[in-house]
Formats: sequence, structure tokens, C-alpha cells
Amino acid sequence: MDLRDTSGEAEFRAGLRAWLAANLTGELQGLRGGARRFEELGREWSRKLYDAGYIGLTWPKEHGGQGAPYSHQAIFLEEMARAEAPGHIGVIGLGMAGPTIIVHGTEAQKGRYLANILSADEIWCQGFSEPGAGSDLAAVRCGAELRGDRFVVNGQKVWSSYAQIADFCILVTRSDPASQGHKGLTYLIADMRAPGVEVRGLRQITGEAEFNEIFFTDVEVPAENVLGEIGGGWQVAMTTLLHERGTMGFSLTAVLEVSLRKLIALARERGAGAVQRDRIAQLWIELQALRYTNYRALSQLLKTGTPGPEGSVSKLVWSEANQRLTKLALELLGPEAPLFEDDAPCGGFWQYHQLRSRGNTIEAGTSEVLRNIVAERVLGLPRGR
Amino acid sequence: MDFALTPEQEELRGQARSFLEQTPEPSWQQLAELGWTGVSVPEEAGGAGLGFLEEAILHEALGRALHHGPFFSTMALTLPALPPELQAEVAAGEASWTLSTGSLVPDLDTAARVAVVAGDGVWELEGAERQVLATTDETRPLGRLAGGAAIRRLAGPEVLPEIRRRGRAALALEACGVARRALELGVEHASTREQFGKPIGIYQAISHPLADTFAEVELARSLSLWAAWCVAEGDGQAETACAAAKAYAAEAAVAACERSIQVHGGTGFTWEHVLHRLYKRALWIEAYDRSAGALRAEVAAALLD
Repeated sequence: MDLRDTSGEAEFRAGLRAWLAANLTGELQGLRGGARRFEELGREWSRKLYDAGYIGLTWPKEHGGQGAPYSHQAIFLEEMARAEAPGHIGVIGLGMAGPTIIVHGTEAQKGRYLANILSADEIWCQGFSEPGAGSDLAAVRCGAELRGDRFVVNGQKVWSSYAQIADFCILVTRSDPASQGHKGLTYLIADMRAPGVEVRGLRQITGEAEFNEIFFTDVEVPAENVLGEIGGGWQVAMTTLLHERGTMGFSLTAVLEVSLRKLIALARERGAGAVQRDRIAQLWIELQALRYTNYRALSQLLKTGTPGPEGSVSKLVWSEANQRLTKLALELLGPEAPLFEDDAPCGGFWQYHQLRSRGNTIEAGTSEVLRNIVAERVLGLPRGR
Repeated sequence: MDFALTPEQEELRGQARSFLEQTPEPSWQQLAELGWTGVSVPEEAGGAGLGFLEEAILHEALGRALHHGPFFSTMALTLPALPPELQAEVAAGEASWTLSTGSLVPDLDTAARVAVVAGDGVWELEGAERQVLATTDETRPLGRLAGGAAIRRLAGPEVLPEIRRRGRAALALEACGVARRALELGVEHASTREQFGKPIGIYQAISHPLADTFAEVELARSLSLWAAWCVAEGDGQAETACAAAKAYAAEAAVAACERSIQVHGGTGFTWEHVLHRLYKRALWIEAYDRSAGALRAEVAAALLD
């Protein structure tokens, strides 16, 4: 056990810091995924990250990745968040579609899609949730009927980030209309520019439209765009979700660290009473706990090749800590807390993030679903369903 | 960056746990024969020459077993103040110690010798009258000392921060051991106890509090091992790490026991069941050398002032 960087890790971290200092402009710093400006600047920034060799760090070299150890990816996420650098715009492709294609894709699919995911030349979105299938993903109804050499897709997807700019969608469909539950699902790669695809922005609690609804009306998807087997979509979807939750811990913790630093500055500037000081200390302690739990999970992964149970709690704890942190910031703002955007202190940073944090316990597995997962799969309690 | 125990450390952990399951009430001599009382004593003083991390692994196992003996008081509290020849006696199992830092002293019923923090350092106290007080945790009673003579100066005041940090890190790991066992008991009961024709663990009102305990136990363990590593390495963050770990782990252990008692229903409220003893140890840990709230005030001062 040694919590210091190895010499290789220290070198990688120093190189990245220097690169960020030279390349991260004030215009880019602090931009978030949903902000319109980022859509304009995001591709260019992503391309820069890619050209510098920071994208696809853990992807195999044969697929255009760096074949670097997981610890470098962890350092990358930490340093990016600390510098408040926006991430790669193709997060769905990088974190979800790409890894799923690497596991389940044909050679032709790997050759066609992977390189453009890394370079941000093509952006992906996710078509999993539906109005009637949220936590219960196996309830998807979006239909895909096989007619000759193509599927015809009809249905609706929701909560899809980046759909407004996406080139492709990883789409979970029901290809057997008589089926129910986990069976009869097929995982497709859908072209978002195909006729019959309509994207509508979904304005959320913050006022921004970070998510979208996608409507499919007689959209034709070539049969060669099936990922995995026809009818085997559930297994493929599980690979995607494993990756979604697997790589998240480090970036979430680093984001929390940035917010906590700002909270401490705010508390110093405006003053904090004993009760507020206690809560700031508790948040700092939880942040360290999350950080070292991520390290412990990563070490376990490197040692055994399978993630340990300690990692399954990261997102659950992080989401609730982030909600408490942002609310505490509003408390420190006092009567100015209801002000918004440019009229608010710090340009509305805290108001935006406090409202946005309500989504943290819902997206990427609700806290209730995550507690079920811990109870059933980690603790081995009897299943209720 | 490597946050995994070495194979040797994992082995020590496994050995400690199985030994304590077979020998729930080991004597000081038995612990010495296993090499535990010399675990962090340098080799030249007759110890194993391992680090505080190995000692921390033993604190976790002994906390889980609700050990009734002076291991915590000797190893975590007094050892840094002892000169090499007295450390050698500890390693050999010939002496055990406790340390008085204030009014209430732990382990006066089992520790052979007594040290006391006085104005200019740590002294050995001889001939003091020991008053062992009724304590909710019967496995670690608190007591008071009266009279006695300070017969020799063991160390200067510079060892006091090290003693404080070791004590807090050791209790944080004990708390992890307590919390984990309370969780395991709760899971076992929820899996086997049936009401309304079903095991009660299928109800989310039962399973979700246990999931929360799991999350807190994992976080507490990460913090506690971090704190132990900081102590072992003399890291600059050790003071805050130990305060943070003890604050979080003690509260996690108290909550783990409270949830497990609730999951057990009436059984969890009985004297016969082990849960109340785990709970009382958790409450003891929470109270000793500052409660979580007071420790967080220390952390807040480091962050904000």
C-alpha cells in the first residue's frame, strides 16, 4: 500500500498539468455539458485532447487507444476536474458506446465506429429510457421489426443527452413484439440523421435543455447494425451500464472536490456559523472517504481484474453529498440564494448546481435502484421481485 | 498509487480473524505468542518490526471480537512513549500498559502498568490506587487513578501528537470491525427471519438501511486505512486524517449497530444477543478522545481558519 503516485504516474500527472496550463483557455474553463457555447467549442477542444493523446487512455492500442493503465485514466479525470476543464464532448461514445462495441461488436463495426468516437468526429447518444421504462429498463416498448435486411423502428426514447448533436444512438429496442422483460430485446446502432428521427429538447429544472426526447417513426436501421445477437440486447445493455457506473467514480469525486473548494472560499468570504462549519467538515470527510474508496476499488480492479464491492457505493454516496453541498452553499448566500444567473453571486453557479443536483440521485441508476443492487448483489439479501 | 493490502497483510488479517473466532478471550500472553504485542515494535527491541498498518489490521480484528484486554491502551496509546527496553518487555508479553491523559483511563482492570501525561511529558506512575468504574461497555471499563508516585520520565511532550493520532486511528479501525460485524448480523437475520410468509430482507424498509450501512462501512474503512497509512508514513496529513477517520468511523459504527438492532426487532434489544455489546463498544469509541462533532470542529478549523 502506497498512496503516493508512482514515478510513472507522477510524470503523467505533471505532463497533463503542463498541457492543461498551456491549452485550457479561460473561455473553456468551467463550461458544462449542457451549455450551448460548449457545443460550439466542444468538438475542437475534444480533438485537441485526442491529438495530445489523452483520449481513450485505457482503450486497447489496436482500437486507437493508448493502452495505458487505469491509474492514468483516474489521474486524467482528477486533473481535468481540478482544472475545471470541460470533458470530451463524446462522453456517451467514449464511456458507453465504445466500450460496448469493443466487447460485442463485429470487426467491421469496430473499424467503422471506434476511431471517430475518440477523435470526436462522431458524437453518440443513448436511447435506453422510455416514458414507460425508467428504472425498469426491461419494460422498453420501442419496436424494431425485421423486414428483410433492415429493422424498422417505431417508438420514443427519453433523457437522452447530446441527442441534438449526435450522429449515432445506442438504441435498445423490442424486436419481438410478443416478448416481455429481458427477452426479445435487440441492441441497435441507429443513425440519428436517418429519415423519421426527430429530436426535441427537454427543458429541465435548471432551465437548460441538457436532455432530449427522441421520436422514431418508421426509421430504417440496417440489420448489420445489430450489436450482439438479435434478441440478445439485454446482455449488451448490461455491458453498457457496467461501463457507465464503472468509470464514473473518479470524475464525480473530482467534481465534488472543486465544488468543495468553492464552498470553503464562500464560507471564508461570507462567514459560517458552528453548524455550517460542522457540515463543511463532514462534506470534506466524505470527499476524502470517496476519494480513497475509489483508490481502493481501483487497486482491487488492478489486482484481481474484477471490480470489488467497495466501488458500488461511490455514485450513491456522491449524489447525496453533492445535494447537501450545494444546498449548504445556498444557505451561506442567505437572502441572495433565490437570485439566478448573472444577477446571482458567482454568476449563478450555486443556484444552477443546486437545482442540477436533484438529478444526481435519479440519473444513471436511481438511489433506490442502487440500494437494491447493494442489498441483493453485494449483501446477498433475498430478492423482492 | 496502490491502495491494496499486501498478501502478507491480507494473511495477517485472515489469521487474526480466525484466531479470535476460535479464541474469543485471548490472554495477553497468547497475543504475545502470536507476535501481536510486538507487531509495530522495532526488531532491535525484540518486535516484528512491522508498521502501524499491520497494527491497525489487528485493531480492526480485535474490535470485531470485542476484545477485553489492554491491547489498545498498550499499543496505540503508550508504546510511542516507551524507551526500547520497555518496548521489548511489551513485545515479549511481560508488560502491558495504559495511559492516563485525563480524568478517565481505559483498561485499568487489565493493564499491568500505568503511565500518565504530566506537565513535561509522559511518566510511569507507581502505587496509584485504581478505581475501575461501572461502564456500559463491560469489555473496556474506564477508571480513575488516585495518588501514586511518578517514578520515571518515559518520554517528552513531543510524543503526545503521535499518541493522539495512533489512538484515533486505532479506534477508527476498531469501529470498522464493530460496524462490519453488526452489518453481517443484520444481513443474516434479514435473510432468515420470516414474517408474513417471507424473509424480511425482501422489504426495502429493511434492506435499504442495511445497504446504507454497507456504504458507510466501506467509506469508514477507506478513511481508517488512509489514516493508518498516514501514521505509518509520518505523512503531513496525519493529524486531519486521524480526526476525520475517527469521527466518521465511530458514527458509522454507532449507526450500523442501531440499524442492526432495529432489523433484529425485539431480539436485538435483549441482553442475550451480542448486538448490545457491539453497540456499547461503538458508543465507547465515539466518546473517547473527542466525539465526532468535536473532531469535525478540528477539521473545520484546519479548512477554514
